[in-house]
Amino acid sequence: MARTLDALRDTRREWMINRSRLIASVLAITIVLGVLVYRYYSLQIVQHDDFMTQSDRNRIRVEVIPPTRGQIVDRKGRLLAANKPTFVIGVVRERSEDPAALVDTLTERLSLTDGELKAFQERSERRRPFETVPIKLGLDDAALATVAVDLHQLPGVVVDAQLTRDYPFGEALSHVLGYVGRVSAEDLLELDAERYRGTLHTGKVGLEKRYEPLLHGKPGYQHVETNAHGRVLRVLEKEAPVPGKNLRLYLDLDLQREAVTALGDQRGAVVALDPLTGGVLAMVSNPSYDANLFVEGISYSDYAELRGSLDTPLLNRAVQGQYPPGSTVKPLISLGALARGFITPDTEVPDPGWYRLPGDDRRYRDWTLRIRGTGHAERVDLRMAIAESCDTYYYDLAHRMGIDVMAEVLRPFGLGHRTGIDTTGEQDGILPDTDWKRTALGEPWYPGETISAGIGQGYMLATPLQLAQAAMVLANKGESFVPSVVHRVDDLTVGGVQRPRIPMDEAAWQAVVEGMVDVVHSPRGTAAGIARGVGYQIAGKTGTSQVVSIAQDAIYDEDAISERNRNHGLFVAFAPVENPRIVVAVIAENGGGSGAASPVARRIMDAWLSEASDA
Amino acid sequence: MPEYTRFLEGSDRDLARAQTPAERLHLDLVLLTPILAIMTTGLFVLFSASDGDWDTVNRQIRNFVVGFAVLLLVAQVRIDTLKRWAPTLYLGALLLLLLVSFFGVGAKGAQRWLSLGFIRFQPSEIMKIAMPLMVAAWVVRHALPPRPSTTVTALLIIVLPAAAIATQPDLGTAILVGASGAFVVFMAGVSWWQIFSGALAAMVCIWPAWLFLLRDYQKQRILTLFDPEADRLGAGWNIIQSKTAIGSGGWSGKGYLQGTQSHLDFLPESQTDFIIAVLAEEWGLRGVLLLLLLYGLVVARGLWISFTAQTSYGRLLASAITLTFGVYVVVNMGMVAGILPVVGVPLPFVSFGGTSIVTLLLSFGILSAISTEKRVLSR
Repeated sequence: MARTLDALRDTRREWMINRSRLIASVLAITIVLGVLVYRYYSLQIVQHDDFMTQSDRNRIRVEVIPPTRGQIVDRKGRLLAANKPTFVIGVVRERSEDPAALVDTLTERLSLTDGELKAFQERSERRRPFETVPIKLGLDDAALATVAVDLHQLPGVVVDAQLTRDYPFGEALSHVLGYVGRVSAEDLLELDAERYRGTLHTGKVGLEKRYEPLLHGKPGYQHVETNAHGRVLRVLEKEAPVPGKNLRLYLDLDLQREAVTALGDQRGAVVALDPLTGGVLAMVSNPSYDANLFVEGISYSDYAELRGSLDTPLLNRAVQGQYPPGSTVKPLISLGALARGFITPDTEVPDPGWYRLPGDDRRYRDWTLRIRGTGHAERVDLRMAIAESCDTYYYDLAHRMGIDVMAEVLRPFGLGHRTGIDTTGEQDGILPDTDWKRTALGEPWYPGETISAGIGQGYMLATPLQLAQAAMVLANKGESFVPSVVHRVDDLTVGGVQRPRIPMDEAAWQAVVEGMVDVVHSPRGTAAGIARGVGYQIAGKTGTSQVVSIAQDAIYDEDAISERNRNHGLFVAFAPVENPRIVVAVIAENGGGSGAASPVARRIMDAWLSEASDA
Repeated sequence: MPEYTRFLEGSDRDLARAQTPAERLHLDLVLLTPILAIMTTGLFVLFSASDGDWDTVNRQIRNFVVGFAVLLLVAQVRIDTLKRWAPTLYLGALLLLLLVSFFGVGAKGAQRWLSLGFIRFQPSEIMKIAMPLMVAAWVVRHALPPRPSTTVTALLIIVLPAAAIATQPDLGTAILVGASGAFVVFMAGVSWWQIFSGALAAMVCIWPAWLFLLRDYQKQRILTLFDPEADRLGAGWNIIQSKTAIGSGGWSGKGYLQGTQSHLDFLPESQTDFIIAVLAEEWGLRGVLLLLLLYGLVVARGLWISFTAQTSYGRLLASAITLTFGVYVVVNMGMVAGILPVVGVPLPFVSFGGTSIVTLLLSFGILSAISTEKRVLSR
């Protein structure tokens, strides 16, 4: 069909039609093109001056007003994280006749360092057209007045006021508060970019990070009329930003500083909790660092130094440091054993100074064997076992309970699982049992390991905060609260969340606490040294934990090795015994023994309880 | 010179010399060279319009690469094959258009996308290709010029999908699709009195279309054209800003990356439909004329391909594709300069956006195939 039709076609005629219509098209295109060119000609040449004026005179722009970040205050309202007004001097290349000369002028006037100039060059390479590139950051009022009074009159220079985070107490609180830093590309992946327009800083670590959504607030907007150089002429319409919420902590600045002083140069950590709320009264990790360094971006060499330091100042030991709890677990094991009937307060165990598993030749030694050549006494009961930290007693008990039962009774005290405190980076610690070892190490559990677990050694690890939390359970005889640094967010109380109660006979609590009182107040107690002149009753428990090993490939000088091989000293306590007001856990890294930790706790309790009685 | 001699000469020449690689790949380099020049220019303008965002530029380059791959594929297809498949393609696209009205995915208040779960696409883009293929296939069933009955059915073929697209609502695409069909009818040789009476009838139809077919925002755009000052901060804002950008550019422009209108965020949609304003502001009238020259070269080559095509089908198709391309340019540059309503037509190969680039290059693949087909036949 088609073929026949094609045969009948007058191809010449069809081609003629096409040619004539193509000519018509070319004509039409020429006309339309002419109109278009004329239009652009009339806009760009004839009316050019009008439009140039209009473009110059401009105009309305939407600007973001970043919200003011919430402040952080201690329990008495003292500012711990504040907003300090600072000035940023920036350069907009497009608005300067001679940018190179301008930079030279600024270098001279502001006495810029090579580092600042280098940072400026780096920022300039990434900038967009008409973007303000900061050249000098963090000038305060006084500095601005002396060096930069008339700078804003130079074309191309922008002076911006902004609020910058300031931590007036620096190192003392860095581990608690954390810090803010410049918003990075990675931060923007998890932040709502719309809410962070115009905001330069965001919480990176600690409370600043954990409470970021509340501290940040909501940005406002203003429509401004600007001139051709982008300078604001007047504000037309404004939607005010919503400032971030303020945090009030349980923490007491005086107590915190007392804890810092008490710890001195000792590497380690202190956690002090209020047993009635779980509120953190003080939390120190030593050594520390100055959070202010991070706000405007820490220099590479400073950061490398912090990171590379053998003393790990960036580690918040209070929640991230994991240590074998040593004998500080003995009261907890005792309670479990009492509850499950493995012992009564009167159960006595013979103590020759060592323990031997049935059918095994190996001797597990009590710590007294090395010092006195014998045990604590012929027969040791619970009270004495706690007061003198008798290892033989707990070797025997651990063997009878078995590792799985032991883990089961320790778990409600919060070992092996993070407490849920409102900061970042908290670790779980390890509460080992047969399941754990099979999963984590792929090995079966050996009976000898149960023996070391009985005195808090071996695989068992806990953070100082976990030890403090367990001590809070003892202080309250079963009641406890999730540890919390923040008391209130504006007017909303966020602290004081209850943990599951541990139900147990009054007699059991009584028996264990008696032993813990003897730790301090009996002449043979392991912390008898801190009892002198104390005006209240302390219940405590000492601990010493062996340092397992130092990385084999690391090279340290002899002194450093032996120093870092020394045992960690631990001490947990609460006071006053009848009506506990404070719980303290102290770890002294490589302190040799608990003697390095218990005086620190005493000082903190003294400070807190005298303060409380004054008030 | 009689046309058959011209063909003969061409054939002789083609037989006499070996094929270049471009010919073997059915690529018309005279057509592709100005397109590449426009793309290069476009990337520079886009870099400025996006405030120096390499990511946008890289994505646009990816769009170009995908588009060229499609062009290369389509250029290998024989025109006869396209003609045979035209009805299927057209009916398929029409069906999808209707589906979109019922199951479409909305974007910015308009239903244009059809989602297949893994891919979203606009059936109206397929229609841009299917329309000239179909109308041309329809009118060449009989000898040209078409009889009145053929013309009327051809108009139906045009109006049905164009109306469906206009109600999505996407006036810009509807105009482009409608124009591509109408150009075929025009090139087929419909008599001038029919064209004028048709135009008259269309004008009469505008009144009910205004009442029932156009959405409020479309009416607003047309009204804005006549009096942009009436709504300075609303509908008139875009036009005022783009005119200011263009006008302040002058003859030589404010300099590359120096446009205040675009960089101080006064110019809306500066990476897509309004990108010509960025070029006009920074490169001045010089730049605008240069770009127009490049577009003119593409159109001229397209019309030449139509002129030298072997079959009526090829001639109709080539001229319709070329003229539609011209409509793209004119409508876009006209609307940004404030002499046509803002209907959402991108500036070919300069505006950011993958769909229009791929569709355009696909149609240039067909053009390339037509251009090289006569040599294939002559062997």
